[in-house]
Amino acid sequence: MNTTRRTILKSGAAGSVLASLIAAGALRPTHVFAAEWNKAAFESKDVAGAMKGMGISAAADSKDLMLKVPDIAENGAVVPVDVISNIPNTTSISIFIEKNPTPLSAHFDFANGAMADVSARLKLGQTSVVKAVAKADGKFYTAQKEIKVTVGGCGG
Amino acid sequence: MADPMKIRAQMKGDVAEIRVLMSHPMETGQRKDAAGALVAAHFIKAITVEIAGKKVMDAQTGTSISRNPVFGFKVKGFKAGDKVVVNWIDTKGDKRMDEATIS
Repeated sequence: MNTTRRTILKSGAAGSVLASLIAAGALRPTHVFAAEWNKAAFESKDVAGAMKGMGISAAADSKDLMLKVPDIAENGAVVPVDVISNIPNTTSISIFIEKNPTPLSAHFDFANGAMADVSARLKLGQTSVVKAVAKADGKFYTAQKEIKVTVGGCGG
Repeated sequence: MADPMKIRAQMKGDVAEIRVLMSHPMETGQRKDAAGALVAAHFIKAITVEIAGKKVMDAQTGTSISRNPVFGFKVKGFKAGDKVVVNWIDTKGDKRMDEATIS
């Protein structure tokens, strides 16, 4: 067991101390899943709150961030979405579905040769803008597209 | 234990294209069953992909991912014969680990 981590967590100063230690490389996540599920961001009911929860700020529109999505989705339960970032040094991509009850749908962190090119199948409850945010060199970039949905996909 | 994932990993030029099909209900917690009761949320919340022992992808996922998720990734710097390992964990703590070799 990592006694340093236990001591710090017990002291209650977990948040910032942990963050700075992780940044310094002193604490290596021993569990396979390094990224803690960002509850605040995933449970946020609007895009602004979800982006804030993910630490996204000042995202600039970028034509080098592309969303390949259908204009019309016949089945909102399974909408294929492909996000490709040609912005150099892209380290992560987040995808938001504006009109879904909780807009943040996924966040991908890339490393060790992974390209910033991910595809997923998403549920859209209704016609909605789908927004992607890419992080590159510490800055945020965004692009979005509207997908029309004829049959909603969240279980209604 | 959930059904296994299907992982397809192929070299296309110098890029390894990986496609993962997962078996999971991905319940949002908003759906009502036949009796009108809400089905509890139950979804994959984290996924990792490692190739040849290196972590290439760390994903956090939520309720907007379709049932039986399908994801596609592309990675550079690996070759045919390298092992791809995909892990997921869901909101009930269920886990799944599957692997495939890049062809």
